[in-house]
Parts: sequence; C-alpha cells; structure tokens
Amino acid sequence: MKRVYGKPDAMTDVPFPYCPGCSHGTIHRLIAEVIDELEIADRAIGITSAGCSVRNWRQFDCDMVMALHGRGPAVATGLKRAQPETVIFTYQGDGDMAAIGTGEIVHAASRCERITVIYVNNGVFGATGGQQAPTTLIGQFSTSYPTGRDPRTSGYPLKMAEMLARVSPESYIARVSIHNVKNIIKAKKAIRQAFLVQIEDRGFGLAEVLAACPTNWRLEPVRCMQKIKSDVIPYYPLGEFSSQSLKAQ
Amino acid sequence: MVVEQSTYLAVSEKNLMSGNEAIGEGAIRAGCQFFFGYPITPQNELFEFMAQMLPQTGGTFLQSESELSGINMVYGAAAGGGRCMTSSSGPGFTLMGEGLTTLATAQMPAVVVCVTRAGPGLGRIASAQSDYRLATRGGGHGDYQCLVLGPASAQELYDLTYEAFELADRYRNPVIILSDAILGQMMEPVVTDHLPRMKTPPKEWAVRGKGTNPRKVIKVAPHTDEELIDWNRQLKKKYQLMQDNEQRYEALLTRDAELIVVAFGSTARIVLDSVLRARNEGMAVGMFRPISLFPYPQKALEEIVRQGTRKLLVVEANNGQMVQDVRLAVCGAAEIAHYGFGGGHIFSPYEIYREIRRLGKS
Amino acid sequence: MILNEILIAGFGGQGIMLMGKLLAYGAIYKGLEVTFYPSYGPEMRGGTANCTVVISDQRIGSPVRNEFAYLMAMNQASVDKFSERIKPGGVIVCNATLVESPPERRDVKIVKIPANQIAMEMENPQVANMVAMGGLIHELKIISYESLTKGLVRVLPQYRHNLIPLNEQAIQKGFEALEKKLNLEGYDEQSKGTNCDQPGTV
Repeated sequence: MKRVYGKPDAMTDVPFPYCPGCSHGTIHRLIAEVIDELEIADRAIGITSAGCSVRNWRQFDCDMVMALHGRGPAVATGLKRAQPETVIFTYQGDGDMAAIGTGEIVHAASRCERITVIYVNNGVFGATGGQQAPTTLIGQFSTSYPTGRDPRTSGYPLKMAEMLARVSPESYIARVSIHNVKNIIKAKKAIRQAFLVQIEDRGFGLAEVLAACPTNWRLEPVRCMQKIKSDVIPYYPLGEFSSQSLKAQ
Repeated sequence: MVVEQSTYLAVSEKNLMSGNEAIGEGAIRAGCQFFFGYPITPQNELFEFMAQMLPQTGGTFLQSESELSGINMVYGAAAGGGRCMTSSSGPGFTLMGEGLTTLATAQMPAVVVCVTRAGPGLGRIASAQSDYRLATRGGGHGDYQCLVLGPASAQELYDLTYEAFELADRYRNPVIILSDAILGQMMEPVVTDHLPRMKTPPKEWAVRGKGTNPRKVIKVAPHTDEELIDWNRQLKKKYQLMQDNEQRYEALLTRDAELIVVAFGSTARIVLDSVLRARNEGMAVGMFRPISLFPYPQKALEEIVRQGTRKLLVVEANNGQMVQDVRLAVCGAAEIAHYGFGGGHIFSPYEIYREIRRLGKS
Repeated sequence: MILNEILIAGFGGQGIMLMGKLLAYGAIYKGLEVTFYPSYGPEMRGGTANCTVVISDQRIGSPVRNEFAYLMAMNQASVDKFSERIKPGGVIVCNATLVESPPERRDVKIVKIPANQIAMEMENPQVANMVAMGGLIHELKIISYESLTKGLVRVLPQYRHNLIPLNEQAIQKGFEALEKKLNLEGYDEQSKGTNCDQPGTV
C-alpha cells in the first residue's frame, strides 16, 4: 500500500507537549518535512531556545543543542565555525529573538552567518504566562499590560524580518503565516528556502512565522486563525524582504 | 569538520613574551582553534594575538558583538568538538556568567581567560585581583564550578594555559585562567618547546550531525525533576574529583615558618621580595602560593600550618576575597590577617615587608 | 647575587620600549633572569613613555619597582620625574643632547651621553636610542655588547632587519663614547664613586 500521509522521518515519536491549537506543532512538522525533502537529517543540528519550545530537542530526530534564552544565533555561529559541513537551524520565539536575543540575531544577520533561523512570532511570552512580547500588537492584552499595549509606555511592535533584511545583504528573509492551508504551503516553501541558502552557502536564512497562542490570547484555535488574518497580518505584512537574487523560485 | 592546524612554527629559543601573548602561545600550542571575544583592556594583546595567529594555523577568530555572545559562540564551538577559548576582563567577565554556567551544565570544555582589572563597576584598567570571587565562586547561577588557575609568571601563563585545554577536555568542564593587568603587560622569557604541539582529541560526544548513528543532544536543562537531581549529583561528584586531584601550590621557606604569607598571581611576585627580605633579617617567614584557585590547595596549606605556623598573612590586591578559602583550609589552626585592597594600587615589596614585621612582632 | 632594576624613560617616539626589550634580550643571552614592564595605562597616550627592566641571576619577584639602581633618561622630563627614585649609589645616564639640567644628586653617579648628537653625526638621528643603549650597557657592565646586539634580530621587525648593522654601529658608538669619555664635557668626577654600595649588588 502506498503511504500518502504520515509522520516525517525527521520527527521522533514523542508526542507534542503543546496546548491544543498551538502553532508550534505545525511549524515543527514543516521543518521536519523540509529536512526530509532536502535529505539533511544526517547533518542537521537544531538549536533550541527558552520558551514553550524549550524541549523541542525531543521532537526532531537529528543532533540538537540547547541554548540559553536569546543566544541561539551565537551558539549556532560557534557551532557552524567548528562544523562547517553541518546544516544548523535555530528555533526561536519572539521573546527569545526579538527581546533578549536582539544583539545576537542582528549581528548573526549582519555577518550573513550560514545558519537558518525559524522565528516564531505569536505576539506573546507563552511559557511564562502571557506577558507582553516585543511583537505584541498595539492595544493587545497581555498579563504584564492588562489594559493593552500602549506605545507611550512600552513602545511599538518590532518588525524583525524587515529590520534584519536591512542589515543582511546576503540573506533570504521572509514572513509567512500558518493560518490556513494555502499559507501553510507557502510557509513550508519559505522554510525550505531559508535552509537552501545555507546549504548552498549563499547566505543567512530566516523565516518569520506568524503563529497563534490560543491559551494566552484567550481565544479558541479557530478564532486565533481568524485573528491572524484580521489583526496580525495587517501590521506584519507577509512576503520576502531579502535581496532579490535569493528569493524563492 | 574541525580544521587541523598547519603552518605555525615557533622560534625554538627563549622568547620574550608579554603575559597576554604567553597565554595565546600556550593556547595555540595546545591546539586551540577557535577564539571568540570582545575587546577590553587589559586583555587586548591576547585578543589581537589570536586574531593574528589563528588564521595562520587554520583556526577561526571572530570578534563577537559582546562577551555574552562570545562565550555562547564558545559553547557552540565546544559542542562541535573544537578546542576553543575566549578572554576578557572584569566587566566583560561578569557578562560571561551566563555562558559559564551553560558550559558547566552542558559539560563542555573551554578555556576562559580573565585578565583582571580594578573594579568594581567599570573601574579602571589598572591591575587588581578583585575577580577572585567571581572566578572561584561562579558568577553565573546554579551549582557549578569552573577549574580556576592563577599563574604568576609569563612561563606559567604559557604552561598553565596549555594544560588548561587538557584539563578542560579531561573533566569536560570550563577552565578559567585568572591573570591580571600586571601579568598581562609584563614581558618575560618563555620557553615553548618543552610542550608538544597538540591537536584536538577526538570527542565522541560532540555534535556534528548524526550521520547514520543515533542522534546526540547537548542539554542545559533536564526533561524531568529526577534528571536534574541526578545531573547535580554527577556534577558534585566531578567537582569532588577535581578537589581531590587538581590542587596545586607552591610553598617557599615554609618548613620552619612561624608566619606564612599567602598570595597568588602578580601579588605573589611582590610578596616573594618581601618574604626574602624578612628572611634575610632572620624572621621565620615563608610564602604559600596557591596555583589552583579552585580547587583551593587546602590539603597542603592545612598540613603546612600544622607544622607550627602561628600566623597567616593573606595579601591580595582586593578587599580580602581569598581569606575565606584560607580560613576554610586551616580551620582555626592559625591566626589569619589580611592586607590589601583593590582599586589599582600596586604593592611595593617594602609595604608588605612592613606588614610582615608588624605581624611578626605582635 | 646580581639584581639590577633599570628604568628607561623618555617621550613617545624615542623607542623607549624597544630599548627595554633589547636590554631584556641582552639579559636572556647572558643567561640571566629578566622581566620587562612597560608604562601602562593612560600614560601610553600621553607624552611620556617608560619601562622597567629587572635583571637578576635569581628568580625575580616583583616586575614593578618603585626604586631603581639605574635610570636611562632620554629627555629632561624623565630626569625631573624619576631622579629621586634612584637608590643611593645608583647611576643616572642622561641623554645630554636633550637634558639641559642634569639631576643635582650627589649620592648617585651621573653619566652624560649626547645620544642625539652622536646619532646626528652618524647621519641617522633615529638611532639615538641605540647610542644611549651603548652608554647604558657601558655602565651596567653585566650585559655585553655581544649579547645585546644578538637581541636586535628578535626585537626589530623583519622589514627592519636590514638596519641591524646600523643599530650595532650606534650601540658601539655609544659604548665607546663613555669608554673614551669623548664628548663628555661637564662630566662630574666628584659624583662618581661615592661611599655608597656598588649598584647591582645586594
């Protein structure tokens, strides 16, 4: 019988520990599918970050290294220098990459470090209980600013993809979403491209994935997807921000 | 793939080297291939030495955007199996606390150099020994320990840096070289050829892509509560092993000494003059110089004191950070006094001699 | 027991650090222990430069010194700043070309060598520091011309190795100047050999 659907080989049998409706599962699967398709599981090394995905070393069937909060790109840099034949990806949330790890990511991008960054933007600190992230939308509720984000006290949401594209001339940087099937397919394409630019030694790869956190958004999963479309994408436009030559075909 | 070193050949004579260069030479000799760091005085000569030498030996030098980033790059390179190093001074060394606990937790070998300057705060670039506690007591969170070596001459900086790479690999643990501005700047003859050129040893635990083997995971957090308890037990066992096997010291004229001056690093150099002067005048004075600062050479100091020493004078260019270790070693068997302060003051041999005489009389 | 603390001082650009390192190599080639300590810190960016060289036949304690047996003063500011740090019985070697008022101490030996003048006569003003080195080792006695010049290849960068003969010549000239007491007008015989201990012996 022909297998038409199943678990990607680059994924272990460990069940996801995430809440119902969480986007991490979808994004993990996309990464694993891309690893399978590019046939790089034997030389891929994943770098985990702090946050809900802290234990995703259990999910990917490849070598994994745990990094401390925000330091993924620095660890990836050191590792890539020591093992240039490997394919290295970091998996970072918006607290990890856009708050505590801004120094590391900006400079890894400016060095056009041959690494791939999967950046999950769900606008909230998930694991610690729904505090405001640098990406939280104006007016959006969080447990640290229960009356909603006010730019006069806590600034404007950071647009990391646009920002990093400005400092990384050799790069593939895209923002994608997973709120419906069409966009999930596009997201996978972007993730694949973010890996390819590294594998082909053409540049730094980053896919910003707009994601949902039903628990901390306090919305049902389906309404979360609607909200990405109605509220999140208007502020964080989808698309490719990198140099023309490195865009996905 | 870890690149093997190739072209570098040292001059086979005594070389006049600054302490900072001696560290670099020792590191290259030991097969160090990766240096990640951030400029800060007074360690810049080491930083620049590595910048110059590593590309010539097939290694990698990278100037990181901060010490925080630098030590995490070290962690990455260590995870990949490379022999790697970073260096800094007080303010930057503080930022490395996070990376040190990461390295220690993940049991990653690396050599971290602190060329101490005068603190606290931004302080100034003059010499001091005020990072003793930061180096020996951690600086990062959690129960972890780094091996800490405190050399006192350019030759020793060379030898101990070389050995630090071996120790780091043997214990799978970060090793700190605690130097200071005086040692870093001064130049002394260094013999290099007595130590064989090393290559990175094979490390079966390093990640390089799983290939056809089961995957490897380098972790800094456990999956379960039990795992973390077990993890801490293992680390404790390892730190005990270090305590048992790695205590190093130098004892000079201690056999009949009624008063022993305890000092490390550059201060021990000055103390040597003071002690010899006091000896020449007939005083029963000796010197004890800890070379390993963690583990502290407790056993030796305890034994020496038991032979009849009544007083210990701890001299440091800080407010007395090492006194605690001395007190623990002798457990009340001798009277302990401290002389010194930080901030950049350089002791004169006479100043310490005067203190020895004052204590000897009282 | 040999123990010599030498302070070499001048202003930036006179090659003070090079002099110190060369002297240190001279000691190495004599089989002696040595430490070299540069002026360090904000001073590095100011006008003055100085370095300490300690030479001994025993293990050396402090590389940093407050008192010295020898001062090699390359300019007036060094004389003014450091003369008082020379131990009684010590030696102050002055670069007579740039030192107009030598120190007035009676308990040290004061030696004058017109280093810049001799270098100018050689038509190479930049070797004044080497002329002074020749004078300094004449007074120091424990470092020979041979062991000192052996160090030139170690302290000069490769692209300057063609200048080694010139530097050797300058050292020679400096040494001879004191040996023959040439050009030493104003040399104060009385200040020589006071009742103090010989420098270099402890």
